[in-house]
Amino acid sequence: MKYIDEFRDGAIARKIAERMAVEVDPARKYSFMEFCGGHTHAISRYGIAELLPDNVRMIHGPGCPVCVLPIGRIDLAIRLALERGAIVCTYGDTMRVPASDGLSLTKAKARGGDIRMVYSGADALDIARREPEREVVFFAIGFETTTPPSAVTIRQARDEGLKNFSVLCCHVLTPSAITHILESPEVKQYGTVPIDGFVGPAHVSIVIGSGPYEGFAADYRKPVVIAGFEPLDVMQAILMLVRQVNDGRAEVENEFTRAVGREGNAFAIASMADVFDVRASFEWRGLGQVPASALRIRERYAGFDAERRYDLAYRAVADHPQCECGAILRGTRTPTQCKLFGNVCTPETPMGSCMVSSEGACAAHYAYGRFRDIPVVAA
Amino acid sequence: MCLAIPSRLIELLPGPQALVDLGGIRKKISVALVPAAQVGDYVIVHVGHAIGQIDPEEAERTLAMFGEMMETKTP
Repeated sequence: MKYIDEFRDGAIARKIAERMAVEVDPARKYSFMEFCGGHTHAISRYGIAELLPDNVRMIHGPGCPVCVLPIGRIDLAIRLALERGAIVCTYGDTMRVPASDGLSLTKAKARGGDIRMVYSGADALDIARREPEREVVFFAIGFETTTPPSAVTIRQARDEGLKNFSVLCCHVLTPSAITHILESPEVKQYGTVPIDGFVGPAHVSIVIGSGPYEGFAADYRKPVVIAGFEPLDVMQAILMLVRQVNDGRAEVENEFTRAVGREGNAFAIASMADVFDVRASFEWRGLGQVPASALRIRERYAGFDAERRYDLAYRAVADHPQCECGAILRGTRTPTQCKLFGNVCTPETPMGSCMVSSEGACAAHYAYGRFRDIPVVAA
Repeated sequence: MCLAIPSRLIELLPGPQALVDLGGIRKKISVALVPAAQVGDYVIVHVGHAIGQIDPEEAERTLAMFGEMMETKTP
């Protein structure tokens, strides 16, 4: 497929790796965080970790919307289906995330909850049009990539005057999450999680542009290189980060110029601003309460806000006591350091959210990396 | 979750919607967020919405840079 296959050429990837091996300073270590789950997935799937020099280490970040969604938000969606009789429409990604009382959206569906997997908010609107006697709630999660489509969906519902449609908004913001990581004690007290730079978001940046990262590149002296999700994009971005570190620079650079500009998509930004405003605080799994890190539906669209419509109150719920998702999302642990990894917690029976989404650090390592951990023994 | 795929726009429809082609698969999507997109453009499709467009010149520039790297000898 055009604009995909060209960016998966293994020979070029190995050439970039050769260049990197020449350019790294053998006397130092390089630790870079890939914020996005899409990059985490690419690094595992295409064997990028193996191509990197030994002193370049990638730390998986919290940029997987399924992984950072706290249990309490999924409970809200489940209760809407089971207790309020609403049709809950959700992206497939959230179906298997473990929630309270041993439930997940999939299990709640088995108990009779009318939970339907949709590809798009537009599909949820279709259901609301077809079943006007039922209440339909769209469970909207995701970063800035997914937020503008939700805004379009809500505006469409308003234009059509749909009375039986609302949205449970769980959209979160990328720049505030990165700032929160940089402010965390693990990073600030240099040593536990050293971060020398960031591979910056791909599709989030199509929407918001490269501009929003300039503040923390300057304030925290951390280089950022925005990269596409294909393996050559990731390799090239890591090489660009190595060069910035070697030169002592901390700039925002853009490897993904074929899709990302400095200003982002003005129409998408305007749609988001019309429909949503910033919540004072929002709970992220692994990061806890993060100030100004999520969106809620504005007063003028209150009729489409499931939280107002059903007078929902958020209740925080603790994760499985042995699940290390929180520490993994902060970059302080790796999947194999979790006791549950690969035995009780697998993609078929996930205990924590990082094993649910294919972009989660645990699922990516389970699918593509776990055999790397086993030494090869000749028969 | 942020999966998004470059797809060729083959027909603009009212709505504002469009028909796109992705490796032979055709799908109707919303183009409300990319009002400038024209037939023949590659739009980036995420959850049934085009969220951006591919700039073909920039894509060529990146590929040319990879091509040059392949030509150079690594010491």
